[in-house]
Amino acid sequence: MIAVIDYKAGNLTSVVKALHYLGARDVVVTQSPEVVRGADKVVLPGVGHFQATQLLAALGLTEAVRESIAKGAWFLGICVGLQWLFEGSTEAPGTPGLGAFAGMCEHFPAKEIKQIDGKEIAAELKSPHVGWNSLEQIRPDSRLLRGVADGSFVYFTHSWRAPVVNATEAVTYYGGSFTSALERENVMGVQFHPEKSADVGLRVLRNFVEM
Amino acid sequence: MLTKRIIACLDVRGGRVVKGVQFVDIVDAGDPAELAHRHAAAGADEVVLLDITATHEGRGTLLDTVRRAAAKLFVPFTVGGGVRTADDAAAVFNAGADKVSINSAAIARPELIGEIGGSFGAQAVIVAIDARRGTKSVEDAEVYVSGGRKPTGLRVVEWAREAESRGAGEILLTSMDTDGMRDGFDCELTAAVSEAVQIPVIASGGAGSAAHFADVFGRGKADAALAASIFHFGVTDSRELKAQLALAGVSVRLPC
Repeated sequence: MIAVIDYKAGNLTSVVKALHYLGARDVVVTQSPEVVRGADKVVLPGVGHFQATQLLAALGLTEAVRESIAKGAWFLGICVGLQWLFEGSTEAPGTPGLGAFAGMCEHFPAKEIKQIDGKEIAAELKSPHVGWNSLEQIRPDSRLLRGVADGSFVYFTHSWRAPVVNATEAVTYYGGSFTSALERENVMGVQFHPEKSADVGLRVLRNFVEM
Repeated sequence: MLTKRIIACLDVRGGRVVKGVQFVDIVDAGDPAELAHRHAAAGADEVVLLDITATHEGRGTLLDTVRRAAAKLFVPFTVGGGVRTADDAAAVFNAGADKVSINSAAIARPELIGEIGGSFGAQAVIVAIDARRGTKSVEDAEVYVSGGRKPTGLRVVEWAREAESRGAGEILLTSMDTDGMRDGFDCELTAAVSEAVQIPVIASGGAGSAAHFADVFGRGKADAALAASIFHFGVTDSRELKAQLALAGVSVRLPC
């Protein structure tokens, strides 16, 4: 059974639709810690403000996720769901994340340094980062990104990004590198929206469904 | 790097895709769900479905059409036309849309932008602006509503800035002077809006060739561009269009 956590952080219709499309039979949208604890796989989707993750603590879901991960269930965080795996985000300083990975998520810089005609120019970096950008330096032994080639495009829409850590298995460039996918044993996360990333995204979700 | 987006736009009325030239002159061109899937398969980076008569006749968005189109779509899907309240937006999201586009409703009540964004995330709210300037300068470009029929007295750049400050995720700018003419976008106006806001600007109105897209991404400073009439009659598809853009040095998603 795949538990998709509903913490009122935006639209999960697309994620559920994609899982069904890929043949996942037992997909349950839930706010129940008990259901999460009993799941083989857990998906934490998310768009919008990091502060919305406060509801996870309030509903007892933070602990449920921790226990679920500890007993070996597969976990996939999407967008804010990935960011929540870290210590927190400067978007909502008072809201702690799960802390599975070290570091804080930060806002994209306001400017990026570009080389134009041999000179370094500080150009405005628009925010949020919206659109199709590429996955680079994909770790060859990745299970989540199996079959996905370096340079493959996926869809992003976010203003905060997660730092690069040991578990990072793909980076994307926008005002510097940030973690676009990470994986450590049964804990996985993607900054992009696999349910919105056409065939590449569906491949990533299929890999997760088939684990 | 982040690529420029080609967005397929379907104008819909009564559950059927129609084609408009400067918002007049309607010709039937197919089933929305089928066309949405076809565009995505042909490489469109996103799909927009606009219920074009909704505002004029006061009707709500057609949820069933949205549901059917969303069913097998795995690229971002935006719905607009007749979204007047946060409840309208919620119904559209529940039917499967990822973003909503609001136009006259946001002008009538700008608080709506933040209300929808508050529930669904700012990135889910696109504020669409229909602009007309004739031979006037970009500073004097005026915002129109009701399917481009009524002038509002609002200046385009100022309204774009306000929409951003209210929490819009993106701006969809349609030049009514160039719309449907297949003779190029209004690049000057698009650049002026793009420079005025931090959020992405989607250019609309005037696409007729790959060169027009290259132009609006270059001197027009657009982050994305809408294509409607250019696709409906098999002039080209997204993949072919992007191949030409890539040759012209534009960063696009390929393969797609």
